Amino acid sequence: MKQRAVLLNLGALAFAAGILASWQILSDARVISPIFFPPPSRALSELWARFADGSAWTSIQATSTRMFVGWCCASLLGIVLGAAIGSSRLARDYLEPTLEFVRPLPASAIIPIAILFLGLSNSMSVAVISFGAIWPVLLSSVYGFGSINNRLQEISAVLGLTRREFLRKIAIPSAMPDVLAGVRVSLAISLILAVVTEMQASLPGIGRDIFLAQRSFRSPDLYAGLILLGVIGFIVNFALAAFEKHALRWRNPYS
Amino acid sequence: MQRFVRGAMLPVLIVLLWEVSSRTGLLQFESLSRPSDILAAGLGGLADGSTLLATWQTFEAALFGLLLAILVGILAGTILGLSATTERIVGPTIEAFRPIPAVAFIPLSLLLFGFGLPMEGMIVTYACVWPILLGTIHAVRGIEPRLNEVARVLELSFAARMWKIILPAALARINVGIRVAVGFALVVAVTVEIIVNPRGLGYSLILAQQSLRVDLMYAQLLWLSFVGYAINAALRNVKVSQPALLVGARP
Repeated sequence: MKQRAVLLNLGALAFAAGILASWQILSDARVISPIFFPPPSRALSELWARFADGSAWTSIQATSTRMFVGWCCASLLGIVLGAAIGSSRLARDYLEPTLEFVRPLPASAIIPIAILFLGLSNSMSVAVISFGAIWPVLLSSVYGFGSINNRLQEISAVLGLTRREFLRKIAIPSAMPDVLAGVRVSLAISLILAVVTEMQASLPGIGRDIFLAQRSFRSPDLYAGLILLGVIGFIVNFALAAFEKHALRWRNPYS
Repeated sequence: MQRFVRGAMLPVLIVLLWEVSSRTGLLQFESLSRPSDILAAGLGGLADGSTLLATWQTFEAALFGLLLAILVGILAGTILGLSATTERIVGPTIEAFRPIPAVAFIPLSLLLFGFGLPMEGMIVTYACVWPILLGTIHAVRGIEPRLNEVARVLELSFAARMWKIILPAALARINVGIRVAVGFALVVAVTVEIIVNPRGLGYSLILAQQSLRVDLMYAQLLWLSFVGYAINAALRNVKVSQPALLVGARP
C-alpha cells in the first residue's frame, strides 16, 4: 500500500514535469507561438534575473504590504462590527438591510469612487481592499457571535460574569472558528484586490509588473509575475490554515 | 413591519442628510454630487438605453464564461472524481494554478484574445471553474457505489452512464458549486471591464468617473448593486429538484 502511494506521488511529479517539458519543446520548436507561450525555461530565467537584481523583492514587498494593511483593516472592522451586529438584535434590524444591499456590489466597482476621493494612491488601494475584504469577516462574525449557545449565556448569567468576562471567556472562543474561516477568505480577496488596484492605478507591485510586461510584449516576464503571485497566494493560505489549526487546537484534543 | 421601518431608517437618513447638506452648501465636494441629480442621471441612462446595453454586455460575458466553466468543470470533475488514480496524478498540477488569482490572468488573456467578449469570458471561466470543479469531484466521489456497480452490470456506455447515473446523482452537490460560481461571474466580469475591457457596466462606470460625470457614476453604482442584489435573491429562490429515487437510495 505504501509502495503504491510512492508510485502515485512519482506519477504526479512525472505528469507535471511532462507538461512543462512538452511546453518547452513545443515552444522551442515554434509549434505553439513563443510570443504567447514562451518556454518555461525563459520565464524561470527571467524570474531568476529579477530576484538577482532585487526588483522581484521590491514588488513582492509592495504587493504584500498593500494586501496585509488592507486585510488588517478589513478584519478589525469586520470583527468589531460583526460582533456588535451579531450580539444585538436591534443593531441587526437597523443595519442588516443596508448591508445586504451594499454587499453584492463588486469590490472593484468602488475603485472609481475611491479614485475620486483619494486619487491614484496607496490609501485608495487600501480603502478598496478593506471594502472588498470586509464582507466574509463581517458575515462570519455576525453568524459566529449570533449563534452562541443559549445555555452558555444562561451559565454566564448564573455565574454572574461581567460583560467583559463573558466576551473573553465565552463569546470570543465560541465565535472563533467562524471568524477565522471568514478571515481566511478575506485574505484571498485582499490579494486579488491588491493586484486589481495595482493594475488600475499603476501602483508599484506585481500587478503592475504583469500589466507592463503585457503592454511591451515581454511575455516571459508576464509568466514570471504569474508564478510569483501563485507562490504568494499559496504561502499565505498555507500560513493561515496552519494558524487556524493551531488556534483551534482545543476543539479536537485527540487529533 | 417594525423591522422594515428600522431597516429603511439608515438609508433614508443618509440620503436625506446628503441631499440637504449639498443643497445648503454644507457639503461642497465635487466628488459627491447629490441624490436628486443621481436619480435623474440614472433615469436618463435607463431611458436612452445605454445602461441596459452595458448590462447586457456584462451579462453576455459573464454567461459565456459561466457556461464554459460549467462544461469544463463538470467534465473534468467527473473524470477526476471517478478515478482516484487519475486524481492523484493530475490533481497536484491543477492545484498549482489555484492560488493564482483570476485577475492576474487579465494581461495574458488580453495578449491572447485582444479586447472584447472572448478575453473577458476566459477570465470569468477561470474564476468560475474552481468551485464547479471541486464541487463535482466531491459529488461524483460521494455517489453510492452500488449505482456504479449497476451501471457496470447493465454494460452502459460512458455517455449513458454519465447521463443516466452520474449527473442525476451528483446534481444537487454540483449545483452548490454552480451557485458559488454565479456569484463570481458578475464580479469578475465587472472587474475585467474596469481594468481593461472597453465594454459593459464596469467600463461605463470608469468612463463616467474619468469624464467627471459623478452623478452618472453613482447612478451606475446603484444600478450594479441592484442587479447584484436581484441575482442573489433569485439564486436563493431557485431549487433544483432531486430525483426522488436517488434520494431514497442513499443510506
